Amino acid sequence: MSFATAGFVAFFAALFLLYYAIPKKHQWKLLLAGSLVFYWFAGWRCLVFIGVTALSTWFAARKIETLAASQTEALKAEEARRKEAGDPLTKEERKARKAAAKKVRWRWALGCMLLNFGILAVMKYTGFLLSIVGVSFRGFAAVMGISFYTFQSMGYLIDVYWGKVPAERNFARFALFVTFFPQLIQGPISRYGDLAKSLYAEHGWNNRTIGRGALRVIWGFAKKLIIADRLAIPLKILTQKPDLYTGWNVALVIVLYAAELYADFTGGIDITIGCANMLGIDVAENFNRPFFSKNTAEYWRRWHITMGTWFRDYVFYPLSTAKGMLRLHKACSAKFGGFGKKITVYLTTLLLWFVTGVWHGAAWNFIVWGLLNGIVILVSQELEPLYARFHGRFPRLKPSKAYGIFEIVRTFLLMSLIRVFDVYRDVPLTFRQIGTIVTGGTAVRFGELGLSSADWIIAGIGIAALYAASFLNVREPARDRLVRRPFLAWAGATALIVLIIVFGIYGIGYDSTAFIYNQF
Amino acid sequence: MSKGKTMLAIGACVLVLACLLWFLNALFLPKYMSEIPEGALIREYYEEETDHRILFVGDCEIYENFSPDTFWTEYGLTTYYRGSAQQLIWQSYYLLEEMLEHETPDVVCFNVLSMKYDTPQNEAYNRMSIDGMKLSKHKLGSIKASMTEEETMLSYLVPLLRYHSRWSEIGREDWEYLFRRDIVSDSGYLMNVHVKPVETIPDAKPLADYAFSDVCWDYLERMRLLCVEKGVSFVLIKAPSLWPYWYDEWDDQIVRYAEEHGLAYVNLLDHVEEIGIDWNTDTYDGGLHLNVYGAEKAAKWFGAWLTERFDLADLRRAESFSSPEEAERVNRVWTEKHEAYEARKARLEAEYASK
Repeated sequence: MSFATAGFVAFFAALFLLYYAIPKKHQWKLLLAGSLVFYWFAGWRCLVFIGVTALSTWFAARKIETLAASQTEALKAEEARRKEAGDPLTKEERKARKAAAKKVRWRWALGCMLLNFGILAVMKYTGFLLSIVGVSFRGFAAVMGISFYTFQSMGYLIDVYWGKVPAERNFARFALFVTFFPQLIQGPISRYGDLAKSLYAEHGWNNRTIGRGALRVIWGFAKKLIIADRLAIPLKILTQKPDLYTGWNVALVIVLYAAELYADFTGGIDITIGCANMLGIDVAENFNRPFFSKNTAEYWRRWHITMGTWFRDYVFYPLSTAKGMLRLHKACSAKFGGFGKKITVYLTTLLLWFVTGVWHGAAWNFIVWGLLNGIVILVSQELEPLYARFHGRFPRLKPSKAYGIFEIVRTFLLMSLIRVFDVYRDVPLTFRQIGTIVTGGTAVRFGELGLSSADWIIAGIGIAALYAASFLNVREPARDRLVRRPFLAWAGATALIVLIIVFGIYGIGYDSTAFIYNQF
Repeated sequence: MSKGKTMLAIGACVLVLACLLWFLNALFLPKYMSEIPEGALIREYYEEETDHRILFVGDCEIYENFSPDTFWTEYGLTTYYRGSAQQLIWQSYYLLEEMLEHETPDVVCFNVLSMKYDTPQNEAYNRMSIDGMKLSKHKLGSIKASMTEEETMLSYLVPLLRYHSRWSEIGREDWEYLFRRDIVSDSGYLMNVHVKPVETIPDAKPLADYAFSDVCWDYLERMRLLCVEKGVSFVLIKAPSLWPYWYDEWDDQIVRYAEEHGLAYVNLLDHVEEIGIDWNTDTYDGGLHLNVYGAEKAAKWFGAWLTERFDLADLRRAESFSSPEEAERVNRVWTEKHEAYEARKARLEAEYASK
């Protein structure tokens, strides 16, 4: 069930009313039932997959926690016994015992991760891997949200393994964490420690919270239906016949795709977070005005935040501090000196971005996209001393507004350029198309791109509204200010609903595009 | 804010939104006044002031090939033509079902061409047949039977969801006809005074299978039984249109069905000479449909055919009514209709002559 359907609106409306009608202690159970019903619409086999992940993760986490407790008790008992016997445990013996105990717990964690990442790999990447060896295979049918719920569950498992969060004892409560429906389609990837605070709590009716959530949902629909789906029309034409649309058309693709992806993704996230808020549940923010970033590193701290932090916490840091990597770091430093110290940084960064690319999709264009991001970040880091020398020479430049705007525009264009691998879906073609921006190509004929002049104006106004909203949200989200003025909030919501119904791209004649991140 | 005030605020907001959407619904719905007047036909039935002795249901062959004025002036018969472009048999059924809830005619005539369509064909034609219906179980039945894969029930119940994309086309006609409509037809008959002679009619390609589908037979049977239940005579007709081609194999099936159920069936294509149709002057589109001159001839002939076979009262005579007031009222209405028909004909002829 996609967000942008009357079915979802009806489903959520019914759930919302029931949620506040039933006794509060049963609210989380209703959410679980609702999430399973929501997922049921994706197909019963999808329920099997998510069920396997939920059950295996819950069981493994419980086992890890139980083992940790029993191993700690066992060690304490042995320490006491040895002390009594006048032969206390040495530091090395204690360390060895702990390491052995940790190894047992690690096997459980690893087994569970292999199972679930294995399922993800098979379902998503079999076709791609077989194509590399020349075997044609259409691939398995998509399992809705598998990337999101697998990563979310594995994050929880690792947190339990690290002792950061206690294992959830109630399977039904854990199942809700995994299947919580607003997040299933496109995230965000929540941390158990954060989500659990409000997911299982009892929630009474609160005008402000519900109003804020509702405004966010409506704004999300507006972004998706008025802006994103409208821009998808010329993008489809521009990219389906790339030979006809080169040169400045490619530049147009770059800009349009940036706007479309942002409106689509943040629109979906707004609907997700808004729905959760309406139920009194706090979900992590996933975007923070990314197109105002001044460099790539900052961009990735503002775009798809939960994915970035997940990879940072569960891939980059463990990889960087892994024994093997530390040994390699030592060896490289010894052999190559200063440069050698950077080798492991390069390696972990590129590995991280390789995995990020692979997570986005089973195709070379995603891998190239990921690696390009990694390369750009590494190059930026390497150029920092050069930047510092330059700014040392021109100290008044960096703090100036003009330079700030230059940095923002530069970052926007660079990230949008890299992102174009996502839209052409073919690496050599993408490079060729980008090349035509410089070598020249066909003229842009807006009239042939599927939108009337009026539609282009609406799209332009929509993009301007996105920017305006970003500016308004700097100090405090605009909706928080609106809910303090109920009449204005109601009027705004009504007006926005009418605008969505009139200007939204849906129904006969429009190819209502699925949420782009839904494919993950 | 207290719970009561909150509920009040929500209620007020919902009401304002509902009013706005109702207004926009009226604004965005195509009016079919200047272009594609076929789209306006279905709803005009509700403007009728009298019952009708004969109801016609079917596609464009019904509402373009028979003149209601001729039926009245020659035979004193009141007729109505409830049809739309490429109207499918199940749409005809539900329209008939609706009409028979409001009146009981002597005869229902159904044009059998739509027996050739057994699946939903086209969203635009569906809209023209269904949008004009008042919300009722008949409309819901017609929607369910007619929806193509891309259509939704909700977009029929709230047409704004379908026509919202017209926002860039909204013009003077949409504002002028926001809450009213002009009558574009004469008792559902769409008049055309143009003349385009028949030049060539393409040869009909042989079909792999001439059998009408079960779905169509089912709806035909339902129409027949509905008429039996209401005590109405059910007549099958094939209007005198040269295209789409009406195969002999199709005709045979209808003849057999009519014989089996004791129904009258007439294929007017077999009586073109008797009717007096001149394919050089009596068609406006090369033989697909008759113009007003051809429609008057067809109505004159068919009216005689009907009065021969059925006991049809001449409503110009007072003795045909149980009360003089009713006689006066019906005659007044149909005299006004006759005058409107003549005025429309004169106006269209003047416009055509000036081109």
